[in-house]
Amino acid sequence: MTAFDQPVQLEEGPVTAPSLPQTRIVMSKHLSDAQLKRQHWLDLLFRNTTLFFAFLVLALLAGILISLFVGAYPAIQAFGLKFLVSDSWNPVTEEFGALVPIVGTLVTSFIALLIGIPVSFGIALFLTELSPRWLKRPLGTAIELLAGIPSIIYGMWGLFVFAPVFADHVEPWLNDHVGPLPVIGGLFIGPPMGIGVLTAGIILSIMVIPFIASVMRDVFEIVPAVLKESAYGVGCTTWEVVWNIVLPYTKAGVIGGVMLGFGRALGETMAVTFVIGNAYELQKSLLMPGNSIASALANEFTEAVGDLYTSALIELGLILFVITFIVLALSKILLMQLRKSEGRQS
Amino acid sequence: MKFRTKLLTAVTFASLTIGSAFAADITGAGATFPYPIYAKWAEAYKAKTGNGMNYQSIGSGGGIKQIKAKTVDFGASDVPLKVEDLEKDGLMQFPAIMGGVVPVVNVEGIKAGDIKLTGDVLADIFLGKITKWNDPKLAALNKGVNLPDAAITVVHRSDGSGTTFIFTNYLMKVSKEWADRVGNNASVQWPAGTGGKGNEGVAAFVKQIKGSIGYVEYAYALQNKMAFTQMKNKDGQFVKPNIATFQAAAAGADWENAPGFYEIVTDEPGKKSWPITGASFILMHKVQADGAKAKEVLKFFDWAFKNGGKMAESLDYVPMPDKVVKIIDDAWKTQLKDASGKAIW
Repeated sequence: MTAFDQPVQLEEGPVTAPSLPQTRIVMSKHLSDAQLKRQHWLDLLFRNTTLFFAFLVLALLAGILISLFVGAYPAIQAFGLKFLVSDSWNPVTEEFGALVPIVGTLVTSFIALLIGIPVSFGIALFLTELSPRWLKRPLGTAIELLAGIPSIIYGMWGLFVFAPVFADHVEPWLNDHVGPLPVIGGLFIGPPMGIGVLTAGIILSIMVIPFIASVMRDVFEIVPAVLKESAYGVGCTTWEVVWNIVLPYTKAGVIGGVMLGFGRALGETMAVTFVIGNAYELQKSLLMPGNSIASALANEFTEAVGDLYTSALIELGLILFVITFIVLALSKILLMQLRKSEGRQS
Repeated sequence: MKFRTKLLTAVTFASLTIGSAFAADITGAGATFPYPIYAKWAEAYKAKTGNGMNYQSIGSGGGIKQIKAKTVDFGASDVPLKVEDLEKDGLMQFPAIMGGVVPVVNVEGIKAGDIKLTGDVLADIFLGKITKWNDPKLAALNKGVNLPDAAITVVHRSDGSGTTFIFTNYLMKVSKEWADRVGNNASVQWPAGTGGKGNEGVAAFVKQIKGSIGYVEYAYALQNKMAFTQMKNKDGQFVKPNIATFQAAAAGADWENAPGFYEIVTDEPGKKSWPITGASFILMHKVQADGAKAKEVLKFFDWAFKNGGKMAESLDYVPMPDKVVKIIDDAWKTQLKDASGKAIW
């Protein structure tokens, strides 16, 4: 769905492939000219085929972008930039604005990361540094399995199991204890319905944890043992080793993992639709229902009658595309920035 | 190889035995609300005649697009097209099946049929103006019922749907404020509440949220054993939702004088009429390039009108009353022509 679904590229990482032991290639006999020519052609063919595949991705990307733009054009023409800041979504009068879904998408994804990153970090830390050997494999597999559960299952579980418990036990507590606090209090006041922006964010966090955690675990494992052992040798605690050695060494990979999770959270459709409450109203409280771009599309596309309505929905899709693009670009810039400061330090 | 020959013989044999009844499969696409009954009819019809009917429930909007593009033999929509829209694309429509929409509540100690509502009170609740269950307006309608001092949570559909169209159409007819502020469509800008996806989503929310009120198709209210309300109809009577009150509403509707069957059967007169009833429509081109194919479509619905009533009721749909079927039959005779201008039916 999004550009993030591609495997994470760790090319910026300081991982250097262990150099292969040099093998001596002995040419047993000379190749004839014809054979050479044939091999040259085959090489060329192979090169161009792979090139074609690589460009196919680019062409697809461009094609999707163009068709989204063409589809969204009537709405862009009708609403202009007001589309981005208007919170009205009225199919009857055909007045559409994307503010509520945009805010909902960003807020739920942000909550997901707020919960997901520390938990994933803990999981990865335990698996690589603290876990007894026999536990590593089953735990690691369990986390990967969690990533394989279809999102609709999360949605149904969220609606039928999590939401009632959340409404009965957690939300009243939030209302009573967090609600009166200054500044953040307003975020946690509302009728305990069990569904809403906060619930969607929590369900999303459960969905992104396996992604972030497994990437973090993989990159933590490639930290050379000699570095860690030296640190332990001079008396560092496990925390100091992880914070000062492992994390700086793997930051590119860690950021990649976080972005992968963020991408999943931004584009998640079914699970969010089930629990976010699907209301086009800008609310201060996280306990109130909201909407996200992906869930608005899933809800309304089938029965959207009229060109402007359909077009407005397609423009929502285009906006999601742009948001993911911006996020991806920001993460690249962040990585570049990090590498620059690295240069200064040493 | 052997299998292939066998298959070939089987196919030849089958086509020989069916003989004149060549496999004239018809295709339709559109509304999701009537899908279960169309599928059931299609199965029974196939068993009886050998002719199949493929129906894809892609949504009313999709159904309208598909029939305009002539990729299907008929389109289906929960929302009737206005006469001028029909004319523009050379289409005709007729109602094929009906259903009732019922308000459902989750209030402690309240059972199905306990609460009585009027149209404008229901509209005020969905407008967010009545926010407590013990509001004086509600209490006045429900003397003797113990309504708690609890907040009302409104639950509506989050997806575009014919159910919402019928529901908002009713609210628009009974409340001027609703008509001015919200209006009538398959999805609207809701002034209050949360949205559930599909009937099952609304049913789940209403069951989970204490003090909530929502609206679902009748079948869902029954299956989930939800507490539906009574409604005051146009004649001032309080009625409970059931097949009899839905049919009373359909019979009360003035189909004869509704050009292009543009009739939304909400808030119909009649002592026993359930006020929130609606029909789902079939769309066909008036001029058919393939007259024989169109006749197959009509044959299917003719059969369904005559033999499908029991099946419809078993799925909690409401079959079209005989009176209305006759009017539909007349419309087929006068409106549908083949390429040469000859009547098809």
